[in-house]
Amino acid sequence: MPDVKLIAHIRGWVDERFGLQELAGSLKKKTVPHHKLSYWYFFGGITLFLFGIQVCTGILLLLYYRPSAGEAFESVQYIMTRVQFGWLIRSIHSWAANLMILMVFLHMFSVLFLRAYRKPRELTWISGMILLLLALGFGFSGYLLPWNTLAFFATKVGTEIAGQVPVAGHRMMVFLRGGEDVTGATLTRFFGFHVAVLPGLTTLLILLHLALVQKLGISVPPSVETQWKQNPRIARQMKFFPNFFLREAIAWYLALGVLAAMAAIYPWGLGTKADPFSPAPAGIKPEWYFMFMFQTLKFIPSKVIFIDGEVLGILLFGLAGGIWVLLPFIDNGVRRFGRRIVVGAGVFAVCYIVALTIHGYVAK
Amino acid sequence: MDMSPSRTYLRSLCLLLTVPWTAGLCRAQETDTCVVCHGVLDPPYQVTSEQFSRDIHSQKGLTCAACHGGDPTRTDMDAMSKSAGFRGRIARSQIPALCGSCHSDANSMRKYNPSLRTDQLSQYRTSIHGKRLVQGDSKVAVCTDCHGVHDLRPAADAASNVNPLNIAKTCSRCHANADYMKEYSIPTDQFTKYGTSVHREALNVRGDLSAPTCTTCHGNHGAAPPGVATVQNICSNCHVFQAQLFSKSPHQEAFNAARLPGCVTCHSNHAVLHPGDQNVGTGAEAFCTNCHVAGDAGSVTAKKLHQNLAQLEASIKDSDQVLAKAESSGMEVSGARLELDQARDSLTKARVSVHSFQLGPVEQDIQNGLKVSARTMQAGNEALGEREFRRKGLAISLIFILATMFGLYLLIRQIEHTTNEEQT
Repeated sequence: MPDVKLIAHIRGWVDERFGLQELAGSLKKKTVPHHKLSYWYFFGGITLFLFGIQVCTGILLLLYYRPSAGEAFESVQYIMTRVQFGWLIRSIHSWAANLMILMVFLHMFSVLFLRAYRKPRELTWISGMILLLLALGFGFSGYLLPWNTLAFFATKVGTEIAGQVPVAGHRMMVFLRGGEDVTGATLTRFFGFHVAVLPGLTTLLILLHLALVQKLGISVPPSVETQWKQNPRIARQMKFFPNFFLREAIAWYLALGVLAAMAAIYPWGLGTKADPFSPAPAGIKPEWYFMFMFQTLKFIPSKVIFIDGEVLGILLFGLAGGIWVLLPFIDNGVRRFGRRIVVGAGVFAVCYIVALTIHGYVAK
Repeated sequence: MDMSPSRTYLRSLCLLLTVPWTAGLCRAQETDTCVVCHGVLDPPYQVTSEQFSRDIHSQKGLTCAACHGGDPTRTDMDAMSKSAGFRGRIARSQIPALCGSCHSDANSMRKYNPSLRTDQLSQYRTSIHGKRLVQGDSKVAVCTDCHGVHDLRPAADAASNVNPLNIAKTCSRCHANADYMKEYSIPTDQFTKYGTSVHREALNVRGDLSAPTCTTCHGNHGAAPPGVATVQNICSNCHVFQAQLFSKSPHQEAFNAARLPGCVTCHSNHAVLHPGDQNVGTGAEAFCTNCHVAGDAGSVTAKKLHQNLAQLEASIKDSDQVLAKAESSGMEVSGARLELDQARDSLTKARVSVHSFQLGPVEQDIQNGLKVSARTMQAGNEALGEREFRRKGLAISLIFILATMFGLYLLIRQIEHTTNEEQT
């Protein structure tokens, strides 16, 4: 058949230039550990899938979105009401953003509790931490883009908190806002961060993260590793392609189903257009993934000894973040208690984040 | 508070002994010496420096001597001597003239507040209060009764007795006191009635300072009850369109003939309740049935007016419910919601047009409103239809997604089964 010949010819042409056969060969040979805890490793893949969804839906939204204070709200309203399936694209973009951050957190804690960050995977952990920060940056910058009342005041509060950072705080706030106040300049700036700076950095970091995973392989949890060392016959590996890939595909389809359901049953609301001259509505709350930090700052007294409460809160979060990034080195470096410190910190962090997030939504 | 003579003498002696010392202090500080003594006296002679410091006159640099005469720079009792021009306590009958000596003088007032009116005294003389004061009735209100004394604040100050929020209460101190008002043979229930009115709710509950209080209708310095012929003019200051429509309506002539006082005939005066559509028509709460009897032309028109208003209100309500249902399902219907406000505006306009007591203008507003509410109802129904379409689309998508997941699961099983067999 001429078609088969043509395809084979094209494949040969491409392979001659890109070495696809070699790549496919290594993929066919690649294996991953197969054990009862394997499913915890799917969260990373789901996060990657959701990032892809974000890129695709984001590009579609860009066809109609207009990043200016005078037009942003109206353009999103237009997308939601007039553009064919615009509501679906925007709702999926918003829900996938939230689901992606949830998956990032789940991925981080599963890596932490399975101690997958151990030597030599410290850099994988650090690159993951930076990706978490970038995901939060995506959330913060994207939240403002519809230019509605809640987003406007949440950004005002958020950038004000950033302004409390010692030494460079005010400059940082002015840089983020594009001036002293949240204005159209802030929107344009956030748009730039959201669609150019952050995607560029994230893509690079994802490539690095994946390259490290590829190079160092997927970690085996210590408990499983011990069993396998004692009894090498029960050690099992699974082919990455197609066995692991197909399992991951099921997880991706599941995520897609959840996204479709959320978008159809709970389309993402638009609210009212931001009015910089109106008073802030009561009960301004940040997005759920910033809630625990927001609540912490509310609980800290306005003055602790001679330090401003907000400044102290920011310093404490900075310190906690620094320690969090260094957890692999603490685990590897502190011989007897390293593991306990990391697990203890992980359990505390989960309890703290969950409790304060719930409190933030329940308390009046 | 009564004091025994011995206590009064003792107090006076103490004062005489302390005045030179305290006055010395005051001289050093260049303050008004009057408050040094009057600050420690019992009421009604007591005026503390703290109290007087709140007074607008004090804040503008005036001292006690500006009204009471005397020499506040002297430290002995001669400060209150006739030679020092001391006038002592001002008789009630003299208070308006004393206040007017500055407040009616545009040249004097220009130095302190050029925008303040200077016709208060002349207005007061035309008021019931001013006329009766001239006739020797000292119970009527004079300037200080309303504005206060020694801690007199500008009307814009929320704590002032004459701030719009406090005026009704200030008037009620006399006008709601049945014993005090006994000899005047006028009702004393105005304040109680005003308390139930839509005007008080607007002013004191919603904080709308443009809402009327006693002085808005009766005047302040020239306070007098409005006559039957002028009531309509007073209400029309705010309710312009209603008054215009009423004046061109058949009711104007009929009310004049019957000497009925316009607006208040239906809406009452002090107890103006929030009007509703139930007040139009032939129902139990309708004002129209006060004069019209079943079957007469007015009654027929009133009934139709009510039906029109009720029809548009029901239509807006139905439309609102459909939009709310769509909105609670996450559908974007803000445009239709905004448009529905136009229907509400038409209803408001129709309620104003009712004061023409003719079907034509009301029906025109009602029809405009009905067209808008029909459009928004359609928008709401389309949104609900879109919601159903989305849910059906979701159901189909989920079937495909689940089928694919199940297919992948079977594929994995088949691949692994084949691999196991090969290994075996």
